[in-house]
Amino acid sequence: MLELKDVVKVFYPGTVNEKVALNGLNLKLEEGDFVTVIGGNGAGKSTMLNAICGVWPIDDGKVIIDGKDVTALPEYKRAAFLGRVFQDPMTGTAATMGIDENLAMAARRGEKRGLRWGITKEEREKYYELVKSLDLGLENRLTSKVGLLSGGQRQAITLLMASLKRPKVLLLDEHTAALDPKTAAKVLALSDKIVAENKLTTLMITHNMKDAIRYGNRLIMMHEGHVIYDVRGEEKKNLQVSDLLEKFGQASGGAFANDRMMLS
Amino acid sequence: MLDPMALLRAMPGACAQGIIWGLMALGVYLTFKILDVADLTVDGSIATGGAVAVMLILAGWSPAAAMAAAFAVGMLTGAVTGVLHVALGIPAILASILTQISLYSINLNIMGKSNQAVSVDKFPLLVSLRYIPKAIAVCLVIAVALICVMYWFFGTELGCSIRATGCNKNMARAQGVNTGVITVLTLALSNGIVALSGSLLAQYQGFADVNMGRGAIVIGLAAVIIGEVIGGAVLGKYLNFMGRLAFVVVGGVIYYMVLQIVYWLKLPTDDSKLFTAIIVALFLAVPYLKGKYFTKSSYKKEASRHA
Repeated sequence: MLELKDVVKVFYPGTVNEKVALNGLNLKLEEGDFVTVIGGNGAGKSTMLNAICGVWPIDDGKVIIDGKDVTALPEYKRAAFLGRVFQDPMTGTAATMGIDENLAMAARRGEKRGLRWGITKEEREKYYELVKSLDLGLENRLTSKVGLLSGGQRQAITLLMASLKRPKVLLLDEHTAALDPKTAAKVLALSDKIVAENKLTTLMITHNMKDAIRYGNRLIMMHEGHVIYDVRGEEKKNLQVSDLLEKFGQASGGAFANDRMMLS
Repeated sequence: MLDPMALLRAMPGACAQGIIWGLMALGVYLTFKILDVADLTVDGSIATGGAVAVMLILAGWSPAAAMAAAFAVGMLTGAVTGVLHVALGIPAILASILTQISLYSINLNIMGKSNQAVSVDKFPLLVSLRYIPKAIAVCLVIAVALICVMYWFFGTELGCSIRATGCNKNMARAQGVNTGVITVLTLALSNGIVALSGSLLAQYQGFADVNMGRGAIVIGLAAVIIGEVIGGAVLGKYLNFMGRLAFVVVGGVIYYMVLQIVYWLKLPTDDSKLFTAIIVALFLAVPYLKGKYFTKSSYKKEASRHA
């Protein structure tokens, strides 16, 4: 469904700040895979997601989505295949537009936008039911500007937007990191539900190792721009946080230096 | 002695000019408020609109056709700014200044000299300061039509893409919007509207001048901001998008009425640009000051408790 072949990305090449962010990254996701991604700061997790989205061109390698080589496509064209939820709740939605208008934008992802209405009456009725399913009471504020919502509410709406038009791959970039623990748990459970209901192929970055073990059918660990540990099925289910720490120590030959991971 | 009747007599003319500049401000609203780009192309494109319209009318075109051509050429000027910004990576404000300065030469080339007159006696002009009631009526009709078209347009898929691009480029791209193309398109549409208003202004005053756009962006901003402040005060939370657009034009009219009062007070006309800047600065500051000094803040509550 999604394939990364020997992807290389170097930031600030030829300067003292040169940083090899992705170093021959290989990853293949099967249809319906729900992969959680962990790794220390600077391991290349977010860079991997940005490479998939086409935020900038990669230096080497290939990105293949659903059998189609998208390496040469710009970000806005790849959007047709991808659903994204960002770390910052402000990034995924347009604050000055209504909840319904944001959803309508997402419903037209990958389609030509012309002079037809930006949102129809039938859509509004559909969105009412959809937003109601979130159980946040937002269905009665459908025309409210998204900027008035809390971070958690905005992430919930972004999740709906990302899955509204069934994406080939759903990308979740630490999308609960900016939320308080209770809201984060809610949004995570909601993500799990949406992924299960739509059988979405998903890539979820998290800094919480417990969440990484609890959710999904497969877990990968990244270090210095490539995958150092890839585990799935029963083996993954039986993982403990201590196992992950040990694995990391073995593979990287160093300490697992990420305070956020140790603390959560 | 100040003659109140003189002020009253000057008001219809101020009203007509205000509506014309209000139309121009609708173009500014498009970039400044919706796309969130400060576009200074307008200082050049309004004169381009006037120049194109006057030259075509002198060549025997009907004023309506000449205005349509002015709109098209205006779109071209905005597209140039857009391409400089999007394709060549020049910051938007700098790109617009480059276009604006180049338009000065282009406008001279269009007119062949710095000033071209067009007489209402010889040509069937749509508006003229000689027939002010008709000018007001025509400009009002155009303003209402333009507001309706803009209201419709920003409800369409394309219009929504522009709003999303102006609000959050990351979101827009993630939803498959080509934000570069949208930026060029919006700048083009905005300057099309500005040039259209320039074509009306040239007919109204009976000439196009290479300097007619000097300070246009400030007047446009003044109209947008005065309209916003007044609209917010009058309609409060009932101020919808249609209302916002209408109040932009109202802002233009109010601006010209205030300016008329300044003239009537016999303040030196040399200082009119200075007054303009002061008026705009005042209206720009109002929303900020209102939030800072006229709402109950925790600072003040604590201060009064200890007083």
